Amino acid sequence: MKSGVLRFIRHKPAVCGLVLLLAVLLASALAGVVYPGDPFRIVGKPFQPPLGEYLLGTDMLGRDLAAGVLYGARTTLLVGVVATVIATAVGVTIGGLAGYFGGRLDNLLMRFTELFQTIPFFLFAILLVAVLGASIGSVIFAISVVSWPPMARLVRGEFMTMRNREFVQACVSMGMGHTRIILHHILPNTLSSIIVTGSLMVATAILIESGLSFLGLSDANTMSWGYIIGAGRTVLRTAWWICAAPGVAILLTVMAINLVGDGLNDALNPRLRSL
Amino acid sequence: MALTKSLTYALRRLSQAVPTVLVIIALNFLLLQLAPGDAADVLAGEAGSATPEFMAQLRSTFGLDQPIALQLLLYMKQIVTFDLGYSFRHGMPVADLIVARLWPTLLLMITVLALSVGMGVLLGSFAARKLNRWQDNLISMLTVLAYATPVFWAGLMLIVLFSIKLGWFPTSGMQQVAAFHEGAAKVRDIAHHLVLPAVTLTMFYLALYTRLMRASVLEQFSMDYVVTARDLPLGEPLGARRHVLRNAVLPVLTMAGVQVGALLGGSVVVETVFAWPGLGLLAYESLFARDLNLLLGIFFVSTCLVIVVNLLVDVGYSLLDPRIDLR
Repeated sequence: MKSGVLRFIRHKPAVCGLVLLLAVLLASALAGVVYPGDPFRIVGKPFQPPLGEYLLGTDMLGRDLAAGVLYGARTTLLVGVVATVIATAVGVTIGGLAGYFGGRLDNLLMRFTELFQTIPFFLFAILLVAVLGASIGSVIFAISVVSWPPMARLVRGEFMTMRNREFVQACVSMGMGHTRIILHHILPNTLSSIIVTGSLMVATAILIESGLSFLGLSDANTMSWGYIIGAGRTVLRTAWWICAAPGVAILLTVMAINLVGDGLNDALNPRLRSL
Repeated sequence: MALTKSLTYALRRLSQAVPTVLVIIALNFLLLQLAPGDAADVLAGEAGSATPEFMAQLRSTFGLDQPIALQLLLYMKQIVTFDLGYSFRHGMPVADLIVARLWPTLLLMITVLALSVGMGVLLGSFAARKLNRWQDNLISMLTVLAYATPVFWAGLMLIVLFSIKLGWFPTSGMQQVAAFHEGAAKVRDIAHHLVLPAVTLTMFYLALYTRLMRASVLEQFSMDYVVTARDLPLGEPLGARRHVLRNAVLPVLTMAGVQVGALLGGSVVVETVFAWPGLGLLAYESLFARDLNLLLGIFFVSTCLVIVVNLLVDVGYSLLDPRIDLR
């Protein structure tokens, strides 16, 4: 564990990513303190450029962009994390069952997973939100539905190799139940890979969420980065900064999570370092 | 010999795709059932008003009063004959609409695939040769940036810079409106409009393939045959270099095949940003018009497209790498 922390700290990009990520978390936590009240509130003249009366200027309705970006961080992180947790739970369950029991169950579950990997995932997410109605719940549901397959594949592979290791064979010969072997012996040993893949999944989930809300498929009552960009697109010619600021926020957040994920990979799976 | 083997392999893979297509149709049907209202409601809504008797009559003509399993069978029969329904918004069959919008999307996708795979292979192997030197670090940094950039935002920023500020490229569309170019002028016009959307989508996938190619070449470098070749008195012979490239490209090609579905999804936002008149823009329009039938049709056709491309990649792969057993 200690050497893992050391390896993470020595990985400079990962530390930069972590600092960035903490800054984003802090910003979203302080949104209500710095900008009390509704981010949809009109505060002044529309189309004010950045660094004037308001840090990032105002949008076409005169709403404070900086407040929008800070509140948007909340929505984006919430959706990203919750969708990833759900997708991870589904992926681990399906992949774990397939990898542990093998045979026909494995065959069936993997065909099912392949099916989901064939479907153009972003189109499927659009369809789901369009059918279920644009609410934060349906966005989270749609993102979870399209993001679990890679996790299932990874966990299946890990479980398959673990299944044949001596310590698991020993558990079987002791007469231990399947549930106990899976939960107490195999799962803890695959946790590091799950954490790494899960952290990278948050980044993808954020990109999907911003794409959906850019297309207008987001909860009308919550501020989100993609929504600001989608709304600001119509005035790109006269007020490009409305689109620019939230995009930078998405870029930095996604990059931070990717860097932290890479760092975690190096720290937790030192065997894979050769690449 | 090898060709007939590949052919039977392709045919068998095609038969394996049949259940997938059927499940997709069933999924479409399920989504239709989940959506509020049925076809009769939609029709009545389009017509403006309807009596309950008229609605009941509509339901029985569409078979909506039948049991759900029978409805599913009817729906499957309908889709299999490529009857994807009728779009009342556009006043034409969904299948015709999709066919008309297919080629701009294919043009965009093929351009992006060629650019990102080609340049990704070059940049990735270059980075691997310059491992941990400044060239490698620079490429790594750029790929990290490009990999984190939301595609639609990159497109908008390119429009701001290259269309609005510099005026080099058009902001939207596929052809100059009312110019009616013919022949070479038309090709040049389309290419001019293609630059920004293609660059936007390429950036993301280029980053992906560059990373993959770099890792793949490094893996090949550690293989015995390369290590041996490097110890030969003549240094690293050109032959080894060719083998490295050929072996290292395989994972990139696999990934490119897997990513076709994602590419189609990405084309929705890029086509929306650049008003590129393909399937993606059609999907966006249908979203706003609440034309679920059209959206489902696009989804179905896109999935079929992915299945076909994956099939082609698998068969091509088997020709490239004779070690793969075509069982």
